[in-house]
Amino acid sequence: MKKTFAALVAAAITATALPASADLVVPNLSYRTGPFAAGGIPYADGFNDYFTLLNERDGGIGGEKVVVPECETAYNTEKGVECYESTKGMGALAYNPLSTGITYQLIPKMAADGITLYTPGYGRTSAANGKVFEWVFNYPANYWDGASVAVKYLLDQSGGSLEGKKISLLYHNSAYGKEPIRTLEELAKKHGFKLTTLPIDSPGQEQKSQWLQVRRDKPDYVLFWGWGVMNQVAIQEAANIKFPMDHFIGIWWSGSENDVKPAGAGANGYKALTMHGVGTDYPIYADLKKYVYDPGKASGPAEAEGSVIYSRGMYAAVVIAEAIRKAQELAGHANVNAAEVRNGFEALEITDARMAELGLPNFGQPFAATCADHGGPGGAMIQQWDAAAGKWTLVTDFIAPDKDVLDPLIAADSEAYAKEAGLTERCK
Amino acid sequence: MPDQLLYAMEVTLNGLMAGVMYALVALGFVLIYKASGIFNYAQGVLALFAALTLVGIQQGQVPFAHVINAITGGHLESFGWQLPSVLAIGLTAGVMVLLAIVIEKLVLKHLVGQAEIILFMATIGLAYFLEGFGDVMWGADIKTLDVGLPQGINETLESVTDGLFGYGFFIDNLDVVAALVAVALVTALTLFSQYSKQGRALRAVADDHQAALSVGISLRFIWVLVWSIAGIVALVAGIMWGSKSGVQFSLSLIALKALPVLMLGGFTSIPGAIVGGLIIGMGEKLFEFFLGPLIGGATENWFAYVLALVFLVFRPQGLFGERIIERV
Repeated sequence: MKKTFAALVAAAITATALPASADLVVPNLSYRTGPFAAGGIPYADGFNDYFTLLNERDGGIGGEKVVVPECETAYNTEKGVECYESTKGMGALAYNPLSTGITYQLIPKMAADGITLYTPGYGRTSAANGKVFEWVFNYPANYWDGASVAVKYLLDQSGGSLEGKKISLLYHNSAYGKEPIRTLEELAKKHGFKLTTLPIDSPGQEQKSQWLQVRRDKPDYVLFWGWGVMNQVAIQEAANIKFPMDHFIGIWWSGSENDVKPAGAGANGYKALTMHGVGTDYPIYADLKKYVYDPGKASGPAEAEGSVIYSRGMYAAVVIAEAIRKAQELAGHANVNAAEVRNGFEALEITDARMAELGLPNFGQPFAATCADHGGPGGAMIQQWDAAAGKWTLVTDFIAPDKDVLDPLIAADSEAYAKEAGLTERCK
Repeated sequence: MPDQLLYAMEVTLNGLMAGVMYALVALGFVLIYKASGIFNYAQGVLALFAALTLVGIQQGQVPFAHVINAITGGHLESFGWQLPSVLAIGLTAGVMVLLAIVIEKLVLKHLVGQAEIILFMATIGLAYFLEGFGDVMWGADIKTLDVGLPQGINETLESVTDGLFGYGFFIDNLDVVAALVAVALVTALTLFSQYSKQGRALRAVADDHQAALSVGISLRFIWVLVWSIAGIVALVAGIMWGSKSGVQFSLSLIALKALPVLMLGGFTSIPGAIVGGLIIGMGEKLFEFFLGPLIGGATENWFAYVLALVFLVFRPQGLFGERIIERV
């Protein structure tokens, strides 16, 4: 009896944990626990729900079901690496760990293993250089794009000149938060503004010192690279010191509903970058309702659907799915392997027409990857929080980053990495 | 008056206020350690659980709604009420007392007579259990906590200091409320432990378990009592911190802010928790103000521990802790 029970349990574990050999495996390194779970959960749900939609509506991609094994990282770099090691053997085709710290650790590992690392809007910015980073893609936008777009927007707000202005950067004291500093320093030289950087230690529940300094320094604008509880506290503290909220601009990871709601009316007017649309007013949601939500196959609660972070998780899944589809087209067969999927990422072109076909018209900017360009156009929009209506409103169209400043920085950083790692440039 | 001096005064004031917030968390640790010798690793999670429960009760959220919906296929979410803050706080305090009874019955009762390290391990298990239980019960999304506490700059202080010095000091109204609540809490706890029968029993247990048992004091009752009080203190800390950041998992990490306070103030002294909090809060803010910019900033997290370590070297029992001398 005991043996039968053990055999049944073993069979059940095997059946649920291991994908069938022909499945397309896209692990979801998520964080549903820990201090950053409030962002990690809707992102993971959006990611899962899109693949569920493809499976339920289309029978997968090219007739192959997509399996999305989830592994909990708690936004912890060591756990993230463990998750990668424990799932890559399932035949993983691509990873999207939603953590810059984990990304930095996985870049050399995944290049050695020949698996694609997709880091939209986060990770190592200079991975946009495909000549060096063969296995990493970060289109449609990265942190340096974000910094540049924010400064271009501020230029526009200041009548075309930032000469003599003071801009403070408040940032998560981690690899993630430090990413934009180099770009902002270059932009400060170019546009003549004074940049002050104020680090905040994780998780960021106590920020009194930093906001007292902002109050003393009276910067014209505050840029913000936060995540998790740091976002809610910063917005509350800004409201407390009566900093003009429309002069306070967060990166896209500091611009979700979760970040502004706890501050109530005080958050009104706060701005943040976004690289995609938000809300459920897209045709895809009719299909999601029919094939995923109504049959009870949604990954999470209904209230997250259409939210900023849920939309971003879904967008990441859309791009990965399109890359797999492209890989199938190039390879001439549906059951593609990791190397073929990388080729799909590199040949991927997403047009406005294709986004409309996918049920997401005008949701993201069109882009076409090349051997050298893994970073995409880098455009972002500015959204502003309307506390009374309880929603974000787009106040600009896509703003293109300043490639004249960014390209040399990306080239320098990626070349330094290539030298350190002993890599030779490709795409010649 | 020179600007730097004015700024330093403002920073000191805010540091003291931040220290009160740390002390609110440290108080819960002290209460349990004093009565039972247990370092309660779960104190931060108790604050999270209390705040989650408060929001859930106040907003009429159905507990375990996700689990119930997953099993039944239903769409339960809310009872449809919005309770007044005072009533919701009272009910949550009741839940914390209930939780103390359950913890005593299911965990502590079975560990009577065990080494302190075993009890400490049990609180680690309890912390992780409660963390997950809170998530399952109320959901992991960020919840807005609004019990009517004022937030934002205290305009009276700003205008008074502006008139005096030509520079208006910032102080957050929430911090002022926290300071008043801390004073009330410490006064109530002191009166309770000095003048009530249960308080005297609690002190007797803290002094010597065996002697207290020999005169008929129920150790189990005392444990329920002290965990209940610690739960209510955790609720107060959860309200103060949750009002600022929303109620979310990271509330449990406020315990990290209490550790240096305990090291400095001593694990067994209620006034020590307050004084330790004030010293840590002021010390870390002043260090960040004067030296932070020279060494890259973000010094507060580690400097609090350095400060506590320095005190430890000279006074291992903390400022107000009991000095234990064991002779061979």
